[in-house]
Amino acid sequence: MSKRILMQGNEACVRGALKAGMRFFAGYPITPSTEIAEGCAVELPKVGGKFVQMEDEIASMAAVIGASVTGVKAMTATSGPGFSLKQENIGYASMAEIPCVIVDVQRSGPSTGLPTSSSQGDVMQSRWGTHGDHPIIVLSPSSVSETYYLAIRAFNLAEKYMTPVIFLMDEMIGHLRETVEIDDNVEIICRKQPDAPEGKFEAYKGEENLVPVLPVFGSGHYYNITGLTHNTWGFPTNNRAVANELNSRLLNKIENNRRDIEAWDEYLTDDAEILIIAYGGSARVGEDAVDMLRRKGIKAGMYRPITIWPMAEDRLRELSQRIKKILVIEHNNGQYLHEVERVAADDAEIEFIGRINGAFILPEEVTEKAEAM
Amino acid sequence: MPAKLIEREMRTENLPHIWCPGCSHGSTMRALCQAIENAGLERKNTIIVSGIGCSSRAVGYLNFDTIHTTHGRALAFATGIKLAKPQLNVIVLTGDGDISAIGGNHLIHACRRNIGITCIVLNNNIYGMTGGQYSPTTPSGDYATTAPYGNIDRDFDIPLLAKSAGATFTARVTAYGINEAIKVMERAIRHKGFSVVDVASICPSYYGRKNKKGDVVKMLQWQRDNSVPVKAAEKMSKEELQGKIITGIFNDEQYPEYTDEYEKIIERAGGR
Repeated sequence: MSKRILMQGNEACVRGALKAGMRFFAGYPITPSTEIAEGCAVELPKVGGKFVQMEDEIASMAAVIGASVTGVKAMTATSGPGFSLKQENIGYASMAEIPCVIVDVQRSGPSTGLPTSSSQGDVMQSRWGTHGDHPIIVLSPSSVSETYYLAIRAFNLAEKYMTPVIFLMDEMIGHLRETVEIDDNVEIICRKQPDAPEGKFEAYKGEENLVPVLPVFGSGHYYNITGLTHNTWGFPTNNRAVANELNSRLLNKIENNRRDIEAWDEYLTDDAEILIIAYGGSARVGEDAVDMLRRKGIKAGMYRPITIWPMAEDRLRELSQRIKKILVIEHNNGQYLHEVERVAADDAEIEFIGRINGAFILPEEVTEKAEAM
Repeated sequence: MPAKLIEREMRTENLPHIWCPGCSHGSTMRALCQAIENAGLERKNTIIVSGIGCSSRAVGYLNFDTIHTTHGRALAFATGIKLAKPQLNVIVLTGDGDISAIGGNHLIHACRRNIGITCIVLNNNIYGMTGGQYSPTTPSGDYATTAPYGNIDRDFDIPLLAKSAGATFTARVTAYGINEAIKVMERAIRHKGFSVVDVASICPSYYGRKNKKGDVVKMLQWQRDNSVPVKAAEKMSKEELQGKIITGIFNDEQYPEYTDEYEKIIERAGGR
């Protein structure tokens, strides 16, 4: 059964999260993500879930992790300044392997910046915002409909890989209104639980796919969770070999499973001679530009990463070996550009259009640059 | 052979603990175990949460579902746990720096919400884990590695702070008065709402040495000789109370508990 509903991007995020089974939200008011908190405050109690407005962004992130250790799917939403504050506990969730979803509806920075203007300035922060070498999954939707379905996937990936997932929206998509065709028949994943009697449990052993099976608190397995480097029982240790094993497993947990995690979209790439690379809000500009270029007889196509991290880089490499002109467009000063260069610079000429004043790039700017390449 | 209480309540394979000789955290941890047993908490439904610092390392030794969180954030994590699953008993173990400096905001708001969490503060007036820097409870005039010329900050009275912020049960006990500590912690655990027990603790390695407080026995004797029960303190002047430790229960009130109130919201929204 499916139905068509007109909704805002932020609302689609709430609806998708609820569909995924989110039953806990902790947040703090911040533009332009506030509608997500407001939506959760309205909807969660209706399904027996909990909403709490915490004293600050840091506490919101902490409460989300607390809820998640009891087995309840939990989410928080914020924007740039709040995303900075959440980094401490995002790192904790990464280290302690607590599934949760962090929505960042990007606005223009740095600092308080332009609170009501869109941006994609948090892309590198979404990967490296918290200290230390850590794994992370980052998803970025480029339509309201995709926001709904990708929010569900964010929870699925969090639960499957026992990791925080960053849902990297931007103001353009968060405040956009589009029709969503809601399909109730979607896959919902819940975290694996031990197939063992109550009592001590080696929670951080990691299964064959390197993902640990963490018993939910209150299920009688009595283990310890910590942000300190820990052994497979969750007890802190300074042992170098154990530290190496843990940190390697954490990183390889995502790396070894990247085929399952990676997602991207392609538009008219089959015969393309120029490749536009864009994601999230800037992909909307990119798609228009491809159409305009095609109308002018220029064979343009677009590669749109959906998992920003891990990047679907094998596919990008294939494309760059065939399509020798690449134009990256981002609403920032060129952040993902460096990733594209890392993968494609040997094979293709790479140009860039960015924007750092809160405005959107216009499709005409893209076509003009593409035509000059 | 560890005592039966320790065998029941602790992960003995992780002992001995990391605390310095003479630190009072070990005996306070044991007292907490006794209080948990006396209160009749079921192990399966009891979650112990801590932050960062010497005191917070206790959770590694306690045989419950335990979570050692980030610096100052234990109460925020605990709020998520309690709100998500109100049937769980949630105990927070923290220190003076953890709860009243970096975690001060979380403390006042947990008090304000009156959420059903028991917060035990192992207050040794110093940052021990990092080697003896002054904390918000280091008395004015005392010395620390970061107060080499004397501390000019005024010190927090944690139970008074908590009570003012809305905590419905606040108390102070001492590491010396361990039997009273067990009784008061048991009452705090049984309390419906947010409870705070400040445990006046001793840090002979850093606070004691820096402030020439003598050895462990001297520090405990000082606690014994300078503790004033709250009833007696009411009859004493401000001057007479200078440098004393006021012990006992400061308030024990009934006020709607946060997760109970949230259940009403769910009913109002039609979620039950």
